[in-house]
Amino acid sequence: MPTIVVHVMPKPEILDPQGKAVGNALPRLGYEGFAAVRQGKRFELTVDGDVTEEMLGKAREAAETMLSNPVIEDVVAVEVAD
Amino acid sequence: MARIGVVTFPGSLDDRDAARAVRLAGGEAVNLFHADESLQDVDAVVLPGGFSYGDYLRAGAISRFAPIMERVVDAARGGMPVLGICNGFQVLTEVHLLPGSMIKNEHLHFICRDQVLRVENADTAWSSDFEQGQEITIPLKNQDGQYVADERTLDALEAEDRVAFRYVGSNPNGSRRDIAGVTNERGNVVGLMPHPEHAVEPGFGPDSILNGRRGTDGLGFFTSAISRLVATG
Repeated sequence: MPTIVVHVMPKPEILDPQGKAVGNALPRLGYEGFAAVRQGKRFELTVDGDVTEEMLGKAREAAETMLSNPVIEDVVAVEVAD
Repeated sequence: MARIGVVTFPGSLDDRDAARAVRLAGGEAVNLFHADESLQDVDAVVLPGGFSYGDYLRAGAISRFAPIMERVVDAARGGMPVLGICNGFQVLTEVHLLPGSMIKNEHLHFICRDQVLRVENADTAWSSDFEQGQEITIPLKNQDGQYVADERTLDALEAEDRVAFRYVGSNPNGSRRDIAGVTNERGNVVGLMPHPEHAVEPGFGPDSILNGRRGTDGLGFFTSAISRLVATG
């Protein structure tokens, strides 16, 4: 099924406590060399039929109004999955 | 008698305690349901704590689209007193009645403790029975309690006396500028993370200096709204 993928990330200026905790845990498991981790969200919106420009528009609107909170998050990508 | 509605969302936990607080403060508690289209002529609304819709997506993010919220937003814009406690505060920010947002506690731990707050604005619908600068103790219990907003918003909140309550002592969750609760410009909408409804009855509240579990500082929130409603008829 055709799918639109929406990526949401915490704003750069907002501390990301979850990402920080993951970043702190990595070296403990031997995964060295990662300076920082930020954790975001990926939404997969499956579409009945083709992904039209109209559907993409709806997905962009949903991403801005519901899937993200503009106070703390950015929508970094709305794209059609291959 | 002042009629205060308490909204129950799927996953609300503290709706019964909030209704009990309303009654102990001398008001009539009216149960409202998230799917209701009517506010049943209540004079004020409390959005209680809990994990509405499982906190899925973001805390309060799905509740804001509940049918009752459209009525609550209209009423709030018309001046009706609205109090959001914990998850209710998160709902009020998601629906843009209050600025800012809450993210996970800085230390990532769920925190549950008696918390001292300073009343920074004793002129809101929910704080007028307190003295300006009064320190009160009520329980705090949450995971997503770190209040954040951009610097310009924070500066505006300070300049307009819209920080309603501030944490005293150590900041429990990393909230910007120790903010525990804020109000809208008009002072009728107030949101805070700590729980006044759990500190309304001797024997069940926070510890006080004189006696264990006897703190009832939370009662003032509800009596504030009720006395104002009674005064304005």
